[in-house]
Amino acid sequence: MTLPNGWEMVVGLEVHTELKTKTKLFCGCANEFGSAPNSQVCPICLGLPGSMPVLNERAVELAMAIGFALNCTIQDSTFHRKNYFYPDMPKDYQVSQYDLPINARGYLDLPDGSRVSIERAHMEEDTGKTTHLGTSGRIHGADRSLVDYNRSGVPLVEIVSGPDIRNPQQARDYVAELRSILVAIGASDGRMEEGSLRVDANVSVHKPDTPFGTRCEIKNLNSLRSLTRAIEYEALRQIDVLEDGGSIRQETRHWDEDRGETSTLRVKEEAEDYRYFREPDLVDLAPDQAWKDRVLAGLPKLPARRRQDLEALLTNPTDAQRDGVTTVVDLNLDIYVEGVAQAQGDVALAVARAANELAANIEKLANLSVENFVATVAMEQSGQLSATQAKNVLSELLDQGGDPVSVAKAKGFEQLSTDSLSATVGELIVANPEEWQRFKDGDDKLAQFFIGLVMKATKGQANGKAVIAELQSRR
Amino acid sequence: MKSALEIAAAVRGGQSALVAVEESLTAIRARNEELNVFLYVDEDGARDAAARVDEQVRRGEDPGLLAGVPIALKDNLCTTGIPTTCSSKILEGWQPPYNATVVDRLVAHGAISMGKTNLDEFAMGSSTENSAFGPTRNPLDPARVPGGSSGGSAAAVASNMTPISLGSDTGGSIRQPAALCGLVGVKPTYGLVSRYGLIAFASSLDQIGPFARSVSDAALLLEAIAGHDPLDSTSLPEPTPSLLAHVADGVAGKRIGLVRELVDGADDDVVRAVTKAVETLKDAGATIVELSIPELHLGLSAYYLIAPAEASSNLARFDGVRFGNRVDGDDVTAMMEATRTAGFGAEVKRRIMLGTYALSAGYFDAYYGQALKVRTRMIEAFATAYQQVDMIIGATTPSVAFEFGSKTNDPMAMYLNDVFTIPTNLAGEAAISVPFGTGEANLPIGVQLLGPGRSEARLFAAARVLEIADGRA
Repeated sequence: MTLPNGWEMVVGLEVHTELKTKTKLFCGCANEFGSAPNSQVCPICLGLPGSMPVLNERAVELAMAIGFALNCTIQDSTFHRKNYFYPDMPKDYQVSQYDLPINARGYLDLPDGSRVSIERAHMEEDTGKTTHLGTSGRIHGADRSLVDYNRSGVPLVEIVSGPDIRNPQQARDYVAELRSILVAIGASDGRMEEGSLRVDANVSVHKPDTPFGTRCEIKNLNSLRSLTRAIEYEALRQIDVLEDGGSIRQETRHWDEDRGETSTLRVKEEAEDYRYFREPDLVDLAPDQAWKDRVLAGLPKLPARRRQDLEALLTNPTDAQRDGVTTVVDLNLDIYVEGVAQAQGDVALAVARAANELAANIEKLANLSVENFVATVAMEQSGQLSATQAKNVLSELLDQGGDPVSVAKAKGFEQLSTDSLSATVGELIVANPEEWQRFKDGDDKLAQFFIGLVMKATKGQANGKAVIAELQSRR
Repeated sequence: MKSALEIAAAVRGGQSALVAVEESLTAIRARNEELNVFLYVDEDGARDAAARVDEQVRRGEDPGLLAGVPIALKDNLCTTGIPTTCSSKILEGWQPPYNATVVDRLVAHGAISMGKTNLDEFAMGSSTENSAFGPTRNPLDPARVPGGSSGGSAAAVASNMTPISLGSDTGGSIRQPAALCGLVGVKPTYGLVSRYGLIAFASSLDQIGPFARSVSDAALLLEAIAGHDPLDSTSLPEPTPSLLAHVADGVAGKRIGLVRELVDGADDDVVRAVTKAVETLKDAGATIVELSIPELHLGLSAYYLIAPAEASSNLARFDGVRFGNRVDGDDVTAMMEATRTAGFGAEVKRRIMLGTYALSAGYFDAYYGQALKVRTRMIEAFATAYQQVDMIIGATTPSVAFEFGSKTNDPMAMYLNDVFTIPTNLAGEAAISVPFGTGEANLPIGVQLLGPGRSEARLFAAARVLEIADGRA
């Protein structure tokens, strides 16, 4: 999008991700979504008097993995207490990293070639979850409030970008790429709708070559769609205010997805004084080099590199093929495409089938071995199966399992005999003399016309390449 | 009453653990109403525990170092099945769902908890006058305070209700009442004893430690509870030191620093006791080095910023939401305010306000930040001193036990009671108070021995020399 009158937006994002650990950050309670309220709690995550935190080693490893994946410096760090009263905070303070985060100064390269700097990626504990009963839906004016502490103490990493993002699409790309990385390294399940990935956006506007404007922080962005819409709305709102001679006040704003607008949540003057100080119940976190090396060595190939490697298997990839590769990597379907490449098969075809048929049935993948996928693609490539038949076979394999040869046979997907195809083509030429003449005169586009007719006549059983061969032989 | 060592030996030798338990219950019945020592006496629990110990002995198992020894627990240590109140109305009636690590260790060593003792609310005070459940009286002179904040645990031992007890020491809360009640009291090295299940006052300063009538009993109890705990991240990784075995080591060849700042301002009788203690140690073969550590004068100011700052955060959770007593309000903020207003006493409120202020934006650097710098200087100053000497000697308190109400209207006068004990907490090091001589009104005086981290064995040995010279055998 382009903003009016030469305005430019400046966006920085704060992404909170819940870490996919078995247990919570400071106690042995299970870190699981969706259990009965207050069934996963203990004296520590309930903040009972006398209880003390012990740092989860696995959470530290995942935090370091995030740091490595985002090209950060992994440094010795400390924990602080962020003090504020709220019923979902059992201790009425949150243990978080403050001036010395575990990960500092990194960057994330986006598929469009732009680079967004990462200021920090620090560890902290999640709060419980409050449900307010009553008409207001908020804590004030609620008849009753119910608190579920299952989420209390779940490990979080907050990833803070620099103010480097300049449009909503770039913000979307940043979060998508970040999510893809977090999922790939096993740090997060990346589910925005369940709240395991949460995004806040700091938005301001200015004219290029002038200082940044005053920023507003937008909360409640629960999807990539909310993110782009909210940023766009907020930038335009700020421009309206400024062009009317007003000024922007620094504040936190709430995105209303239904109404498509942001509204003031609290202004800076009302901001709490969190009275941060070092958490005396925890010691400094100073991972030794050997531990860092182990985490680095255990890091899988990251999405950008995987996309690069898959694209290298394609000759002059089209935009659609690149999108296909992105989908393949996001959904972890690389092994299927790589299997086809290893068998010297048609990689472009493999990408297309993986990004569409497999992507649409991701929950059924256990039924489809790489070997059977490779075999199906080979059958389509050689003309034994038409595209429609190949999709049909894949769908059957995903549903029921089995091997493609048997499935094709059971479905009666025998290859149309050359004689039968030839006869069909001959009949269609006679029935469409004008089009045949134009094809004979060199208009290759008419080949598609005849393929369409053949497919219709054979109910999709013909192979497109075989039809072309037949047409050429008669030209 | 027999010593803990004697009781454990007798029980291990086949005498029923009920003997000491009944003796303890009799002593409690005799004076608890007058002295207000125990907030909760666990009669049934004690008898059950004694039966279990007896059963172990019958089966030929060793119940442990504290076999059948009755013990009193300060009521800021979490115990299942019986209340833990911190002497605060806000927690009145609360029963923790878990035991503090030290409580589990005592049970594992065969000790028998007789119940929970009175303290200054949330361990904030030096006289036990700040308890929501009334003050504890000094068994040696009921018109006087037993000291605080572990006044109940000190009085339990001083009145022969139990041979040993546990307190907690954040700025002197074991050593000062030990001195005022004529007992041995130890503030162990920070991290030597697990804090898990100790309801925190100031987490970076708190340590649990023993009260006993003798140095040997104190060493025995500390040995039983010390050692690494995976539930406390600040707990030291090293194995439990051997303490009892070193009690008789003496002080021959040891260099002991007499630090001027740990005597300045004390009453004459206290100064005389310290001087005599120095002579005693010298006679026993120690070399005395006179030292000055001017930084110690800054300790009190730094402490009264750091401790309240941490307390303001530690006590935030008492909000009426999940546990303890609740006073309703129109909304959640009003409920929390009403709960805390009704639940906390004046001294607790005073310290929460002090600490909140010290941590606030715009004041942090000038107060809390500055106090942390002082703390670092204090640690460095002690380290320098310990290059010259093996331990330091001084007074524990400026005076003997004072009378009720004499300092309650002057918080500064009350705070000054801890001027000699606070530096050890700020430095995270070890110190012991041992009775040595008497002063005004024939009341006991405590002499303080301070050492670097993990120097407890050395301090016990020196304390034992003073104990013998004081005629306490």
